[in-house]
Amino acid sequence: MMDSDEHREDRLRQMTCQLGQMLRPDGDTTLFMGDTCATVAVYGPGEVKMNKELLDKATVEVVYRSKSGLPGCAEKMIERLICNTYQTAILTQLHPRSSVSLTIQEIQNSGSFLACCINASCLALLDASVSMKFLVAAVSCIIDNDGNIVLDPNRKQEKTARSSLTFVFDNKDKKIVTINAKGDYRIEELNRCLALCKEASVAIFDFYRESMKKKLSKSMNTLKGDPES
Amino acid sequence: MVDHFKIARPLEFYEKFIQQEVRPDGRELGEFRSTVCNLSCITTANGSALIKIGNTTIICGIKAELASPASEEPCKGFIIPNLELSPMCSSRFRSGPPGEQAQVASQFLADVIKNSKCVDLETLCVESGKLVWVLHCDLICLDYDGNITDASILALIAALQTTKLPKVKLNEDTDKFETFESDLVSLALLSHPVSTTFSILGDQILIVDPTSEEESLSMGTITIVALVDKICMVYKPGGNPIASEQLPTLFERAIERGKEVRSLVDKTFSSAS
Repeated sequence: MMDSDEHREDRLRQMTCQLGQMLRPDGDTTLFMGDTCATVAVYGPGEVKMNKELLDKATVEVVYRSKSGLPGCAEKMIERLICNTYQTAILTQLHPRSSVSLTIQEIQNSGSFLACCINASCLALLDASVSMKFLVAAVSCIIDNDGNIVLDPNRKQEKTARSSLTFVFDNKDKKIVTINAKGDYRIEELNRCLALCKEASVAIFDFYRESMKKKLSKSMNTLKGDPES
Repeated sequence: MVDHFKIARPLEFYEKFIQQEVRPDGRELGEFRSTVCNLSCITTANGSALIKIGNTTIICGIKAELASPASEEPCKGFIIPNLELSPMCSSRFRSGPPGEQAQVASQFLADVIKNSKCVDLETLCVESGKLVWVLHCDLICLDYDGNITDASILALIAALQTTKLPKVKLNEDTDKFETFESDLVSLALLSHPVSTTFSILGDQILIVDPTSEEESLSMGTITIVALVDKICMVYKPGGNPIASEQLPTLFERAIERGKEVRSLVDKTFSSAS
């Protein structure tokens, strides 16, 4: 197993991201969380297909592409989950009769993949300057067979886990937007995971801030004609 | 007058009731509709159940088939749930290939079976690497009035409980497997997962077992699948955020509902057999 993906059990893996690599989309991100990586492209708010048009708000569309194979029911479920999450987060009422579309491409799944997809989507929406009610951050954790909680697990840890839980928090009141918790666990265990993930979500919100700061200071330098940028 | 108010301002209409801690159909916020279950109603299937929660009706039939196992898991059988939401049950569905809601619901059923470990897939093995049982669980929604998640999980688990598989033996003269339809063995269920769905109305109000009307007004749902004293799945796909302090009451309600449903199914099961 790769050593680079080993990490302390109560901390998130190293995150890095690249914004605005692609020319056509309004916003895009490639986010690494450890070795897990996803690319998200955002178009919107833009034109909407007639049958998906909503009169009072924007339609959020999510397309998830796995690395190989045809999309099945499991992929549909991921799409649905991410779509519902962002329908709440995006201020859809601002853009009636238009669409915001997210395309998520799996690059590498080394554990906590759903969390990576959700966080990458949030960064891409920030990059596209889509108005949002609040930002969201997703954190995964697992409970292993001895009852230990491991935050942001890698693939190996995920496979041997008794249960795997993903929580999505908003940055306003740290309330829970999305839960996807599978396995078998007692209520106290779930509460412990919840508290741990909530604490860790702060680091992700800080990471968003840092990434956007870097991107915006770069574009400021370009405006000034700074040769360093 | 009341009808006009309901049509023109459905959300305000509901809020008037919610303020009095009651719902338009007379239920309290944490009250389920009456649940009816009818077991082994399809005689040609290996197992079956018909479930009604209020007006929502779902029928489940299980057909067992012999097949060769996947090469990476040679001693495990398969359980393949499939929920059909036909235009018969509600005008919101169209005929043709399964829509998104049906696909997501089918995947959810598969996840519940996997996570609750209610059937040991190795008991479905006839001979390792050669022959295993495949249980095709077909669920059809006959009447859609909200909360199909709870109804379909209830129907699926009840049908699995009634499933009987014929004995299979290798005939050494012909070197072929033979089934003995007269010699049936019941499928052993290791656990009985029960789901409880809550709808989020407005900002903070949670109501249990939403009707389709309530579903269309709601701002998100939470589904909790409970085992006897544990939780095996919590699924909240987006929707209005909730505070973590609200969760314990939901878990309590889900575990309580689990007890109610288990005693209902067990009672029906013992009176039928």
